[in-house]
Amino acid sequence: MSTPVTVYVPRDSAARSVGADEVAERITAAAAATGREIRLVRNGSRGMLWREPLVEVAGPDGRIAYGPVAPEDVDGLVAAGLLDAAGTHPLHLGRTADLDWLRTQNRVTFARVGVVDPLDPDDFLAHGGLRGLRRALELSPQDIVAEVTDSGLRGRGGAGFPAGIKWKTVQEADSALKFVCCNADEGDSGTFADRMLMEGDPFTLIEGMTIAARAVGATEGYVYVRSEYPDAVATLRAAIATAYGRGWLGAGVLGSDLRFDLSVRVGAGAYICGEETSMLESLEGKRGTVRAKPPIPALEGLFGKPTVVNNVLTLGSVPMILADGARAFAGLGTGRSRGTQVFQLGGNVARGGIVETAFGVTLGDLVEGYGGGTRSGRPVRAVQVGGPLGAYLPTSRFHLPMDYEAFAAAGAMVGHGGVVVFDDTVDMAGQARFAMEFCAAESCGKCTPCRVGAVRGVEVIDRITAGIDRRANLTLLDDLCDLMTEGSLCAMGGLTPMPVRSALEHFPADFGEQPAAEPPTTTDLATTDLATTTEARR
Amino acid sequence: MAVSPEQSPDLEQRVRSIVAEHRGTRGALLPVLHAVREEFGHVDPAVIPVLAGELNLSRADVYGVITFYEDFRQSPPGRTTVRICRAEACQAVGARTLADRATSRLGVSFGETTPDGAVTLDQVFCLGNCATGPAVEVDGRLHGRVTPERLDTLLASAPREAGA
Ligand SMILES: Cc1cc2nc3c(=O)[nH]c(=O)nc-3n(C[C@H](O)[C@H](O)[C@H](O)COP(=O)(O)O)c2cc1C
Ligand code: SF4
Ligand code: FES
Repeated sequence: MSTPVTVYVPRDSAARSVGADEVAERITAAAAATGREIRLVRNGSRGMLWREPLVEVAGPDGRIAYGPVAPEDVDGLVAAGLLDAAGTHPLHLGRTADLDWLRTQNRVTFARVGVVDPLDPDDFLAHGGLRGLRRALELSPQDIVAEVTDSGLRGRGGAGFPAGIKWKTVQEADSALKFVCCNADEGDSGTFADRMLMEGDPFTLIEGMTIAARAVGATEGYVYVRSEYPDAVATLRAAIATAYGRGWLGAGVLGSDLRFDLSVRVGAGAYICGEETSMLESLEGKRGTVRAKPPIPALEGLFGKPTVVNNVLTLGSVPMILADGARAFAGLGTGRSRGTQVFQLGGNVARGGIVETAFGVTLGDLVEGYGGGTRSGRPVRAVQVGGPLGAYLPTSRFHLPMDYEAFAAAGAMVGHGGVVVFDDTVDMAGQARFAMEFCAAESCGKCTPCRVGAVRGVEVIDRITAGIDRRANLTLLDDLCDLMTEGSLCAMGGLTPMPVRSALEHFPADFGEQPAAEPPTTTDLATTDLATTTEARR
Repeated sequence: MAVSPEQSPDLEQRVRSIVAEHRGTRGALLPVLHAVREEFGHVDPAVIPVLAGELNLSRADVYGVITFYEDFRQSPPGRTTVRICRAEACQAVGARTLADRATSRLGVSFGETTPDGAVTLDQVFCLGNCATGPAVEVDGRLHGRVTPERLDTLLASAPREAGA
């Protein structure tokens, strides 16, 4: 008998949601029926989500892709030589590595996602895993922090705060007990990169957190994963157990004197628990009420101890930075936005998924280039960038480079890198109303401008769209937005005006307004400057 | 049908042993509540004094935590739970149509259970399936690119009879 052919069918929950499990079963059955032995690997997703379920078969010239494969397609595919990586079937896409959509990306943080078997530690090692941690263990903690600082890595959770500066603060804090907490609450609509990294390459996150622990002198870590991500929780827990078994966690990590204990905690359906202090409260077993800052979590974080809080993608980028050096990472990007960002294309988009590329790519390149416009085939009308607290932008802003500062100057934010596309059937007044409704529903309730302001916001927008005292109510809405921006303790209330104002600014007709005679300039739009955006989102 | 701790002293015992399994866990209340919910399908208010006593917290604290989080429902859900994503990326591909269809087919609003106890309908804001939406979750199983017809099939597959 010949050696079994390796077939890849993703285990990623997006792929499973469109039938990957059934496809895997059908392939196993079809192979058995034809007497072929196969090795089935349930990999992460390559991020070409519109092509999921994407099946790959290892051929002599590399992996050959087929997709999107429906369960009903499997028998035909196998008959057409799927298990020999043949190229006759209409779903045959060619060598995965040659697909333009992937080839033109720069996969750094996502280098192994979709490539490896997420739970196979040897596959991880074979693809460069632990190189970063091994190097970190040879460096002094100060040098690790210097490396991260020099890389220019900024927090990927939304605020873009320099990771190295945060780590230095924790490192210099004097405490016998320190923590590293990974924020995997990923509540923003349109974002799924944290989930895909955890499901597709969990060992990288574990490695990044262990490096952080070494750098700051922490001995305990937690990953706070939202409960809406059961597959990510299960994958991460399994990977952590394996890592303990291999001596990658616990006492004497990789034979060094480092002790680091890591566990997963599951959120409970509260968006606000993505805000870092709310997350810490939740980890302590309390209501997720936002804490006033100062004190900053770096000095008084979990249980009052110095704590690193970083997003999944921030920590997930650290192994590559340590392995390949700060310079390689800093060499990518633009201005003060260094490295790559894992952009996520979602909503009404023809080719949705993960686009990891250096900062500086334009919004239009993402939406029209990679995304291919809308899934419905209708014209794009608006995109929301950076989650529910991010701005709605029209196609006239497609020239904007994806860069923290450029977006802030345009009254928008890059946030966690999610881009949600809407076609011309969208009602922007409805979207503005939803932003207020969402804030009202998810507010932690601590401050009045957010808790009460958002409820008022919904009412005022309803009056505007009903044509009741439109001018007066528009002024009221504007005042309300000012109040929320200035008077809220955190960015939940503080940034909710961003989607509302941008919708009003760019799509006045949807609110019954005449469009502005002249297109508004970017300074008009800069209702929130970078300082407040980053401060608030921190 | 999930049983409430009031109905059986065994269950109070069960809650105590769940707490015991979490000894040594820092800030154990959330993991404990998740375990309780997993076992009983909901968090019966009757467990509040037990948890308060075991974890050395006030009843108000425990109650406050339970009510803060969506996940800790205090009454038993229907035999099937359907959650429809109503966040922006799914709105862009027809989540509204699915939401309206589900409420009219089932005759309940979000957060409610059909009178026969078959289906609980909930809303959720993002399931991380935003490029393959609209997203619907049925008993923890995620479904993507859900058309109205597919939704009908998913709803129809919920067992109507108790024990079915
Ligand atoms: C309402 C709100 C929700 C947030 N949600 C998340 C989230 O889901 N994930 C995340 O990493 N950061 C989130 N943040 C940002 C965190 O407060 C914090 O800045 C981040 O976790 C720090 O990590 P980073 O520096 O690596 O980005 C949120 C902030 C606010 C105000
Ligand atoms: S702005 Fe809203 S969410 Fe933030 S602290 Fe105030 S009430 Fe809580
Ligand atoms: S918005 Fe529906 S899954 Fe993300």
